Amino acid sequence: MATGARRDRGAVRRALTGWAFAGPATALVVGLSIFPAVWALFISRTKWNGITAPKDIGFDNYTRMAEDTDLHAAVWHTVVLVALFVPGSIVLGLLVAIALNQRIRFLGFYRTCIFVPYVASAAATGILASFVFNPQFGGANELLRRVGLPPQQFLESTSQAMLVVVLIAMWGQIGFVSVIYLAALQDVPAELKEAATVDGASRLRVFWHVVVPALRPVTLFTAVWQSITALQLFDLVYATTRGGPLNATQTVVYYVYELAFKSQRYGYGSAVAYGLFVFTMLLTLAMIWYSRAKRIEAF
Amino acid sequence: MRRRLPFSPWHLFLFPVALLFALPLVQMVLTSFMPDKEINKFPPRLIPNSIDLTGYQKLLSESHILQWMLNSAIVSAISVVAHLVLCSLAGYGFARLRFPGRTIGFVAVIATIMVPIQLLMIPTYLMFSRIGIVDTLAAAFVPWLASAFGIFLMRQFFLALPAELEEAARIDGCSTFGAFWRVVLPLARPALATLAVFTVLSSWNDLVWPLIAISDDRVYTVQVGLTTFQGTRRIQWQELMAGNVMATAPLLVAFLVAQKRFIATMTFSGLKG
Repeated sequence: MATGARRDRGAVRRALTGWAFAGPATALVVGLSIFPAVWALFISRTKWNGITAPKDIGFDNYTRMAEDTDLHAAVWHTVVLVALFVPGSIVLGLLVAIALNQRIRFLGFYRTCIFVPYVASAAATGILASFVFNPQFGGANELLRRVGLPPQQFLESTSQAMLVVVLIAMWGQIGFVSVIYLAALQDVPAELKEAATVDGASRLRVFWHVVVPALRPVTLFTAVWQSITALQLFDLVYATTRGGPLNATQTVVYYVYELAFKSQRYGYGSAVAYGLFVFTMLLTLAMIWYSRAKRIEAF
Repeated sequence: MRRRLPFSPWHLFLFPVALLFALPLVQMVLTSFMPDKEINKFPPRLIPNSIDLTGYQKLLSESHILQWMLNSAIVSAISVVAHLVLCSLAGYGFARLRFPGRTIGFVAVIATIMVPIQLLMIPTYLMFSRIGIVDTLAAAFVPWLASAFGIFLMRQFFLALPAELEEAARIDGCSTFGAFWRVVLPLARPALATLAVFTVLSSWNDLVWPLIAISDDRVYTVQVGLTTFQGTRRIQWQELMAGNVMATAPLLVAFLVAQKRFIATMTFSGLKG
């Protein structure tokens, strides 16, 4: 009996100590994420402007999404964004990493230049970009003029704005991607490359058949990471175009923001957010499944 | 003496790329010293004729930029301190202590990484308005008090740390907390530095939370202030660039001073986040 009571006291003490350490941060992180996410599910089943009482309308918000042409446009813009940004930043990031992995002079200078945009906030980047891409006096048009190309409207053109947003997003993220690749490149065993070279393979072939496969886990991880970044791109759009011109850069996340905080349509906004969440999950799971099936140990 | 390396064709790639990445930031700084009528010319000029401070003067008199920077500094400082304390405690708990609910707690923390921000915007705003922190700085720092990434980073670090030292401290009569505080934490300095860099970067640059929950322009963080200012001053580029310089300078200087730590943080957040 006495030992049992002591053992119980010991267990209680251990539980209290454990949760004293882990509890506060866990409560904050979970409380600010899982709890609101569940709440959003309830909100998404209502019609609600945040002031009058919410009205339960079942899954009407979800069926409405099928007919909402603004949403369809936003989905299309998001698809374009992901399709350009993810491969673009991975290819360029890898190229930069390979270049930075050479033994050449001025490496420190190059590295600093390429990483420094990562430190600038999305707000500052966006404001700076709207200056550089200004059609009247911006540096981008000056660059085009120097190489003999006609000036462009960039962020003020409905057909170019999304493309420019992709370029700006890449400017901010390439540094990040190349650091990851640089670390991974330095882990590729030198013996592997040497063995292939001794066997008479050209440098390009060694790269393609030895280095690229060795980088596959990193590539897959980066693809997932960059996809999520692109799917959730909000602040940069806000600071450059605010979704314009004529909604040409309105992404799904930006649309959710507009619905909720400009039109006070909390219910429908939450439903759209859930739609994007489910899509992101499926995409991530598909990539993880692919990595398992191909035995790439990325996760 | 260092051997001079032969010219490499990689320079032909790296040099223009480096220029493309750094030049806009250089132009940002130079433009902040250039009067608007000089800016509004094509072809644009990079170097101002003379140093003109009216952009900064107007920015200081027409906006609350110093207040905004102070607000951002407060938000970042609170976020860093809270992150270092809460995440290292939790990371240690999850890595070393045995207690009921440990696994499920840690799984719940990791699961939050999957919950995207757009799902949280609406309920978080509603929650903040119910507890009455809308239009206060708390709305900007509460989301950054702790993070799944921070807990994960610290846990990984403590898992890799040999346990003998703490065990010795415990045998010498230290409490669990005493061993953590006096023995473990001093060894965790590199991880804490990485965590601090990550937290400063995310909290100082955060736009979403303060944008949603703060509409009083004296409570703005510098990022919200900038974008709002941008909305009303579409063509006063000198002023806008001056604002950009002031908002970016603290992190830019920190980056140039502590590049290695920054890059280590990026590598870590990439590979293991």
